[in-house]
Amino acid sequence: MIEINVIKALKAAEGNMILHLDVHIHTQSFAILFGESGAGKTSTLRMVAGLMQADEGSIVVNDEIWFDKNKKINLSPQERKIGYVFQDYALFPNMTVEKNLTFALKKNQDSKIIDHLLSLAGLERLKKESIHHLSGGQKQRLALARALVPQPKILLLDEPLSALDHQNRSKWQAYLKDIQEEQKLGILMVSHDVNEIFSLANKVIHLNKGQVKALGSPAEVLLQKENGFIPSLKGKLLAKKVEGDKVICTILILHKVFKTETSLLKAQALKVGDEVDFQLKD
Amino acid sequence: MEWAPLFLSFKLAFVTTFILLIISIPLGYWLANSKSKWKPILETLVSMPLVLPPTVIGFYLLVAFSPSSAFGLFFSEVIGLKILFSFTGLILASVIYSLPFMVHPIQSGLSSLPSSLREASYVLGKSKWETIWYVLLPNIKASILTGLVLSFAHTIGEFGIVLMIGGNIPGETKLASIAIYDEVEALNYAQANFYALILVIICFSILLFVYLINGGYVKRFWK
Repeated sequence: MIEINVIKALKAAEGNMILHLDVHIHTQSFAILFGESGAGKTSTLRMVAGLMQADEGSIVVNDEIWFDKNKKINLSPQERKIGYVFQDYALFPNMTVEKNLTFALKKNQDSKIIDHLLSLAGLERLKKESIHHLSGGQKQRLALARALVPQPKILLLDEPLSALDHQNRSKWQAYLKDIQEEQKLGILMVSHDVNEIFSLANKVIHLNKGQVKALGSPAEVLLQKENGFIPSLKGKLLAKKVEGDKVICTILILHKVFKTETSLLKAQALKVGDEVDFQLKD
Repeated sequence: MEWAPLFLSFKLAFVTTFILLIISIPLGYWLANSKSKWKPILETLVSMPLVLPPTVIGFYLLVAFSPSSAFGLFFSEVIGLKILFSFTGLILASVIYSLPFMVHPIQSGLSSLPSSLREASYVLGKSKWETIWYVLLPNIKASILTGLVLSFAHTIGEFGIVLMIGGNIPGETKLASIAIYDEVEALNYAQANFYALILVIICFSILLFVYLINGGYVKRFWK
């Protein structure tokens, strides 16, 4: 269990804000932190990683206290043994692709994992290259591979797929899901992308101005109007069925099927097979 | 032709630059990352040699290390180090005088690196020193080179402070810059010109070398 119970005063664009979290996540779950910018998502990751210290509270992972203000315990980032992918990738510019990975090896760790990760990330042919020669997508893959070298139990990802185009994004979503299952990782990831949340997460934490607005499965959090969030989902229209003056549309969003109704007029403009934006308020 | 003053100047510059490099890496790192309330005071102290006339620093060092002061007496009697009118004294004065020329480039180089580089290394389990040595310093090579060269060149160019602390003892404290002054006083212009010209040529070459390296010209030439 990852138990985060912290309070931290933050300076946000609109003024000071109190980030107050009380969330429990299963260690092997894929949790996504979701919310507007400035809601405290990155700060949450940073506190779990030990890169930022909370003002009050505690962070306990698998019964090990990582941070406890009252008991004056604060493990260093080095001691927490996590993987972290930064928004700007934070690759080391003085090292080659391969060196970025070997640097991450623990003492006495078998270096076989480097070749495995290089091939997983599709970077074998570029291993002797400087990171300046990599594209944005390649940098992201390298950053993710590097975070996996020391075989962490928890992976923290700060919008790791934001720079990728649609095609690469889907590929990476599948890849993340695979490694999560393969390595039994706990993943805590920041994402703005509703499609991504539905395809990856089994837990969503919706943050709003530093408060947990909703916590639960993607459908529980995102498909509830009372949560005040109207997501826009990209999906494929599978079928239209006229019922009175309404049209029931069946839409495939990633690999899940949803039904929604719309007016005849709007439905006229849509063909089966079209990519549609799906909004709850319709 | 007397080569000793030139030799002494370069020896002083090498030793000073080396000591400054060792001091300035931790100091620059602290100044780049610290949020301590003492930081502005230390920053000011480091920068003082930029604005003070060298004679002011020379004067206070002279007073501090004079055998009539308790501090000076402690140094000469207890530690057994002769500071005034010795090569050791020149090194001490040069280190103080050229400190900002090494600290500033290293500090600004480290400040310009995104903090995520340091954090990424920490998260990978690397200690502070491993991070400085393998991640931070290799990424500010240009700043370190600038610091090395500026400190070296600035030490070669010292006059006021070394004259006050070191005096003019041939082979011990008589540096090239002092020798030039001496020769001019003695109306010995040919000898003065010899020292001056060599300093001009060497300093020009050093600075040109830095600009070529930092501007990437050397890399392009070898490609």
